[in-house]
Amino acid sequence: MKSLIKKFAQIPGPSGYENQIRAAVRAEVEPCANEVIVDALGNLIVRWGEKGPDGLRMMLSAHLDEIGVIATHVDKKGFVRFAGLGGVHPAYCVGGHVRFLNGTRGVISFEKESGLKKMPSLDKLFIDVGATSPGDCPVGVGDVAVFARKYQELGEKIVTKALDDRIGVVVLVEALRQLHEENLDSPHELYFVFSTQEEVGLRGAGTSAYHINPDLGLSVDVTSTGDTPKGSKMEVRLGEGPAIKVRDGGMLSDPRVVDWMVSTAEEHEIPCQLEILKGGTTDARAIQVTRAGVPVGCLSVPCRYVHSPSEMVDYGDVEDSVRLLVALLSDQVPQLEGEE
Amino acid sequence: MLEIGQEQLELLERLTNACAVSGDEGAVRKIVLDEVEEYVDELQVDALGNVLALCRGEGDGERLKVMVAAHMDEVGFMLTADEKKGLYRFARVGGLDPRQLVGKALWVGAERIPGVIGAKPIHFTKKKERQNAISLESLRIDVGPENGSKIKVGDRATFATQFTRLGKSIRAKALDDRFGVATLIELVKHAPQNIDLLTAFTVQEEVGLRGAWVAAYALDPDLGFALDSTPARDFLPWNDEEENVTYNTRLGAGPAIYTTDARTISDPRLIKHLITTAEELDLPYQLRQPGGGGTDAGAIHRQRAGVPSVTVSVPARYLHSAASLARMADWEATLALVHAALGRLGAGIMQFAD
Repeated sequence: MKSLIKKFAQIPGPSGYENQIRAAVRAEVEPCANEVIVDALGNLIVRWGEKGPDGLRMMLSAHLDEIGVIATHVDKKGFVRFAGLGGVHPAYCVGGHVRFLNGTRGVISFEKESGLKKMPSLDKLFIDVGATSPGDCPVGVGDVAVFARKYQELGEKIVTKALDDRIGVVVLVEALRQLHEENLDSPHELYFVFSTQEEVGLRGAGTSAYHINPDLGLSVDVTSTGDTPKGSKMEVRLGEGPAIKVRDGGMLSDPRVVDWMVSTAEEHEIPCQLEILKGGTTDARAIQVTRAGVPVGCLSVPCRYVHSPSEMVDYGDVEDSVRLLVALLSDQVPQLEGEE
Repeated sequence: MLEIGQEQLELLERLTNACAVSGDEGAVRKIVLDEVEEYVDELQVDALGNVLALCRGEGDGERLKVMVAAHMDEVGFMLTADEKKGLYRFARVGGLDPRQLVGKALWVGAERIPGVIGAKPIHFTKKKERQNAISLESLRIDVGPENGSKIKVGDRATFATQFTRLGKSIRAKALDDRFGVATLIELVKHAPQNIDLLTAFTVQEEVGLRGAWVAAYALDPDLGFALDSTPARDFLPWNDEEENVTYNTRLGAGPAIYTTDARTISDPRLIKHLITTAEELDLPYQLRQPGGGGTDAGAIHRQRAGVPSVTVSVPARYLHSAASLARMADWEATLALVHAALGRLGAGIMQFAD
């Protein structure tokens, strides 16, 4: 699984330009699938299994895209101005390396005039690709790039770019592979969705949920942690198992789904933690409010330094996330009855 | 290639002189219905007031259903309280900079009653006071006591700016988005036969793409195009020392093709199709600087199971103010580009690169 993480994380796939990573994921899942669709917005939708009498039509979503930048101007001296694609923070940009989809590499710096004391805003930053004028600059307005960072293992921890949400993609692929190759029984008709444009507003998940019209939805994504020096006030820690989301900035998980996830983890003795995230949201929000509404939950892989080029996860958490997802998908879901 | 002549300019004149603040688009809708009626296969006004006009293509084969949208509404004002003797409090409808409102002449209500946004004149203001923007709360719309009873709370008002030709340029209010509306009317009159052209003259774009959202649901298209107008910040006398790196678009550089804005990442296949079309036909084009803003494409592409979409805009200076200024050549090239690009659409456009 580590080699798959390494491979997927290194493939560029900024929001709206997911074709390379989609092709790579497709190659992995196609042998297991009953049906593979790429829809109008580029979502890769993989159907597996048949809906039994006690089964559900279930949508599982992990997003293909990662945050990136898009060129807005090449100035007279060949410096490239840019805007963010998704939540790009200036703090994580300065000194960073980017790679454009046409292969051009560049480094990010900032207008020194604005001083070092105050964090410059994105419009004070620029990319130096080694050009001296617009004429010799291999980048033009509208060209997109991703942050570049090698894959590294630091003990049990994995560090690279784009673990948000390639780690979710890997978890979905591994779960599908185990279900298929180990001939596991599932009462459900499962739709593994590798969605597009999550980082700019859950756009792919919304349209694919409309298409699938599921009975239940789960997203698999990263969540922040509160375990770094003077970090966010948050209970989730790296290495303590997958996080079961209770709420985030855009969604309240269906409590019945949370209960099902927690009891399944306990039953299979998989460590897990509950997640309450103040900001941010995931594909589950878009699924929840599609059509007449869908009960949803989210399985989160704890991740440090989210949206920086050096996102960090714990490998044990990743393995446990796969175990939990397989356990959830192999059994029937308790009746999602309303409260009395 | 389609061209802009006297007839098209007169249409744009009528469209920009008409008043159609978001939610009250009747005056523009009437012009649209009159213009397109005899050219369309199906025509309807939907529940929110969108005009949906279908121009069916020819032949027995499968044709792409292509939605092309332009919004009928413009930014403006709504009267919120009657303070008697012709004075009204008001609210903004859509994005308007409060600093740009003082002293502007208006047309108010269905009868286009002349009015003005009044403020304390210079005679009575202190030097220090003049250094700050006048608050919106202290402004009033004044139509005079005799006309005060001809308008009422809830009525809309727009800038009283008559369309004017300035050589090869146009000065008018509401070029955002009467440029799109006029372009779309021309497309209906010269509908390409290779596609089913589903046109939507939309309402309430300026308050959140509301008309386009329901129009796209009803039309259920394969592809979406939004035709709009986008600011050109190319003229910056207040910043001429440095290189202007945030111009958005430039006048005279041709139609502005969108790559991304705050609401949409344009479909790369459609961007490529537009660029290829422009280059093969030797039409000018520019890529709008990626950044903020949003067009009807932001609603269309997220509707139902998703619709690959793109926006093409006519660049114009001073949008969302009393008077905007644009070049006829940019409009003409926009019309020619969109018409040609639609005429060259085939089933192959939907193929992904992978």
